[in-house]
Amino acid sequence: MTVQQGERVLLLGPSGSGKSTLLAALAGVLGDDEGDAVGTLTVGGHDPRAVRGSVGLVLQDPDSQVIMSRVGDDVAFGCENLGVPREELWIRVREALELVGLAVPLDHPTDALSGGQKQRLALAGALAMRPGLMLLDEPTANIDPDGVLEVRDAVAAVLARSGSTAVIVEHRVEAWLDVVDRIVVLGADGGIAADGEPRTVLAQQGEALAAAGVWVPGREPRISRRPALTEHPVLLTAESLTLARVPGRPLAATVTTPLELDIDGGEAVALTGPNGSGKTTLALTLGGLIAPAAGQVRATVDLASTAGPLPIRWRSRELLTRIGSVFQSPEHQFLAASVRDELAIGPRALRLGAAEVASRVDELLARLGLAALADANPFTLSGGQQRRLSVGAVLATRPRVLVLDEPTFGQDAVTWAALVDMLDEVRSMGTAVVAATHDPWFVAAVGARELALAKTPG
Amino acid sequence: MSGLPVSNVRPAAINPVAKLAAALLIAITLALSVDAVSAGVALALELSLLPFAGLSWSAFWRRTAPVWIAAPLAAITIALYGRASGHAYVTWYFVQITEGSLHLALVTVLRVLAIALPAVALFATVDATDLADGLAQVLRLPSRFVLGGLAAFRLAGLMREDWRTLELARRARGVADRARIRRFAGLAFALFVLSIRRGSALATAMEARGFGGTTTRTWARPSAFGAREVFLLALSGVIAATAVTAAVVTGQWAFIGG
Repeated sequence: MTVQQGERVLLLGPSGSGKSTLLAALAGVLGDDEGDAVGTLTVGGHDPRAVRGSVGLVLQDPDSQVIMSRVGDDVAFGCENLGVPREELWIRVREALELVGLAVPLDHPTDALSGGQKQRLALAGALAMRPGLMLLDEPTANIDPDGVLEVRDAVAAVLARSGSTAVIVEHRVEAWLDVVDRIVVLGADGGIAADGEPRTVLAQQGEALAAAGVWVPGREPRISRRPALTEHPVLLTAESLTLARVPGRPLAATVTTPLELDIDGGEAVALTGPNGSGKTTLALTLGGLIAPAAGQVRATVDLASTAGPLPIRWRSRELLTRIGSVFQSPEHQFLAASVRDELAIGPRALRLGAAEVASRVDELLARLGLAALADANPFTLSGGQQRRLSVGAVLATRPRVLVLDEPTFGQDAVTWAALVDMLDEVRSMGTAVVAATHDPWFVAAVGARELALAKTPG
Repeated sequence: MSGLPVSNVRPAAINPVAKLAAALLIAITLALSVDAVSAGVALALELSLLPFAGLSWSAFWRRTAPVWIAAPLAAITIALYGRASGHAYVTWYFVQITEGSLHLALVTVLRVLAIALPAVALFATVDATDLADGLAQVLRLPSRFVLGGLAAFRLAGLMREDWRTLELARRARGVADRARIRRFAGLAFALFVLSIRRGSALATAMEARGFGGTTTRTWARPSAFGAREVFLLALSGVIAATAVTAAVVTGQWAFIGG
């Protein structure tokens, strides 16, 4: 495969076909200890590791790419490493920030940026190095819909101005169609399955691509939603709620403060709103994990049974069968060294018998499609598998309320459908499914009632 | 310097390397003797200079709170258990409050305050990035080492948030009712694993921006060592010298181990 100078290539393929590995190798950041390489790979005729810095790389996770604590310093970092003289360096920094449309002061703290802004910062940092080749590894997988467009537009502007060559990996194709001029599809065997003009490739390979997990426009994943329940008792109520992420510091950001909410068994509720509007905090508060600044979250007798009315006062074990929380980052909630043990933690904490634990675990392994990975370490799973495991581990104790934070982040079309279908199934059996989400497809697919949080200016 | 951002020419920002050296100079000098005069004189001079440190009163008390707690605690411990000499006021099992131990307690309080207060006051206004710039450009420490340290420092901020989330996650998973110590050990290990993952991800991002290459690095922010820095060092030199002189003249200077 050869990429000509100035070409903009969208690289597609199923999970595990080696897209990210190829990008890392092109950027020269693949260590010798990370597998075996066969064949040759050159950038402008050189080994990429020798010309590190002539290739700009933007990765998926916004947080792990921020290097310095001030915006200007972060963009300058790459130039410093390349030995760009100080005067020219700051000119480049300003240009790069302008081009990606990040209009914040140079000493703006990088921690205060949103996900979309952080991705544009990473783009500016790569751009300031004036690379001949830009590599983007799912740059929008972990950010909200507004952020996706922000980043896409910034990339388009950068490529138009710099004339740089680009290779982009992304599952959600639609946003990128007008930016790229070629699509290359990798097969599951690692070879090239298709290569050509974007719309032609999509027209010819659309079905195969969708089956491989690519979000092909017009072939988005669908699930057949199960009917709503006729009986849906109220399980959880939020009364005059004001949220606080850290005790003693109420979030003033939500216009919906104070917040009133009833959650019924068998219904789906979507907590939506931009980054920083308090979705995660609301999810943690509803989950009985953090106390609100004012007001309260109450469980009805139906949900609480022998426990008290306030979930925040429940013992950790009392939460298990009542309210299950799935965290935004699965890595925060994994506790065991194998997938099987991870699923068994909840049932064991409930002191269920060994036979019951084993039967629940085996059933979940099969349903999550993780049976073959039962002995694998949860941390070694792919992002999509980790997400399914984190949901499964919570379902193992059969909570009647399920609170999830961004359940569909970073999923390809196939894993997305499997996950959403599973959530719809537990909903249809009477569980309340509450999800903080940016994903309009998810909200539509499960027919969720939407609670839109807003961020007040200033 | 037209190309530089405004933030890097803040008038109040003295090079952190100078602050570090000034604090060290006083600390080392005072550590040489165990007498009340040198520490007392140094403390008095420092207190007279504190209003110029650029700290608001509330910030001053907040930052120095640990010092105000630690110093009296150290004094009480020494008063009760310190080397006994002279008249004994109280004797009860291992506790012996004597003239000597009380004197030692006073000396300790003064010394802790005289060393810690200027250090805290000077470092309250130090920015990690500026310190890294200073260490690499003024002291010529290897850039790999300095920038690696700086990145690690930034990760430390994320670790606090991670710790909180890990705690909440354990409660959600039904395992937070267990013994506190075992839980703490588990949390610490989980945080350790998470930090390594974050660290290696960050290292990849840094490498992708040409970090660790063979090119000689340039520095975006100049780290200057000029008149202001020399003045600060001279000031701390004067404090140290005055303290020692006063102690020697009054015959109180007691060289440690001497």
